[in-house]
Amino acid sequence: MKIHLPNSAFLGNIDPFIRGFDASAPDSLEITANDKWIAVHPAVLSMIAALGLTVKPEKIKCQPFEATSRHYFVRMGLFKLLNIPSDIVIKEHEPAGRFIPLTQIRTADEQTHFITDMIPMLHLEAEQAKTLGYIFSELIRNVIEHADAENGALLCAQYYKKSNSIRIGIADTGCGIKSTITRSHAAETDLDAIRLALMPGITGTTSKEGGTAQNAGAGLFFIKSIASVNRDFFVIYSGAGFYKLLKKTPARKRRLNADPFDDRHTVSSNMPAWPGTVVGVDITLDQTEEFSLLLDAIRDTYSSAVRERRQERHKKPRFS
Amino acid sequence: MTRIEIRAHAGVFAENKDTARDLRLNKIIPALEKKEEVILNFTGVDATTQSFIHALISDLLRKYGSDVLDRIEFKSCNDTVKKIITIVVDYMQEGTD
Repeated sequence: MKIHLPNSAFLGNIDPFIRGFDASAPDSLEITANDKWIAVHPAVLSMIAALGLTVKPEKIKCQPFEATSRHYFVRMGLFKLLNIPSDIVIKEHEPAGRFIPLTQIRTADEQTHFITDMIPMLHLEAEQAKTLGYIFSELIRNVIEHADAENGALLCAQYYKKSNSIRIGIADTGCGIKSTITRSHAAETDLDAIRLALMPGITGTTSKEGGTAQNAGAGLFFIKSIASVNRDFFVIYSGAGFYKLLKKTPARKRRLNADPFDDRHTVSSNMPAWPGTVVGVDITLDQTEEFSLLLDAIRDTYSSAVRERRQERHKKPRFS
Repeated sequence: MTRIEIRAHAGVFAENKDTARDLRLNKIIPALEKKEEVILNFTGVDATTQSFIHALISDLLRKYGSDVLDRIEFKSCNDTVKKIITIVVDYMQEGTD
């Protein structure tokens, strides 16, 4: 596999970075980087970490980073996590309030500890902490329950002072969304599966409305809704499928859509095949709606989506 | 009557679905089977997830129907927790016969 860290790769312009990923030769990984400046979204770091853990450390070939921003990758824990040497020397900073370094989570208990530790680490206001905690909790749980990923979830986050935003990335190298969704629903392509996974009430664990005792099929819909209401980016990439929720302009009405294709978005169904799932979310704190107001909008959309699907399945009278 | 302190089991941010399942299977369902009323006390719980609440109560609505809500009291919920419980109760009633 080959992956190149470009000059810039955030959710708005992440597409070329993903298109440059070479998934061939899965037992080795070659990492190259822009030699002037590298500024990337936490989702990019999570992807590299997740890929790196699938190969032996001696099979990772990492070009020496020349960019002046190279210390960032040490601070985020990339080389340490992958157990590969780095000669980049940095002065360690206290992480509180600025970033969550690359973290690997494989169990529900690890998740609970992470959520408990993470909220104070980011020094957020109570409402913002609820939103962040919610997003992390649901995304990590999806990996633990559905991804069948030997290495679990790889995640990190970064606070950006200039935009007063937090950017979150989580990646796994598990079975991917299509494999999970098609246990109970028909999806021909990875993109079809992503579309279904983002709809409220659709879960791979059952085809029944209302889900199972443990799964409702609501987690990703909630997270896409948080990004939508807050007018932020949301990206999900699995297999060859890629979906990006685009930012809404402030003038657009803050309504939620059950079908992600009704939102302002871009898609691709022929990205290099990612062996698992990647999610990236931006949360602009200035725009963060009070969490309980967001829940009002979700309630309306969720119930009507379930009702409409139920009505579609109703038998119709035959008239002759 | 069975009273369950959610914070004691699930913490300030109630998100662990395994904990929710254990409460449902080991405390709530046995109490309902004995025809007892159940109080789910959310005092001290700042936030929760839809997944946690779904794992806690959705199967009760499926097993016992919506009348089970007459036998469960959700106590001292803040606005966020109330809304998440309402979302789960709504979609379970919309989606099940």
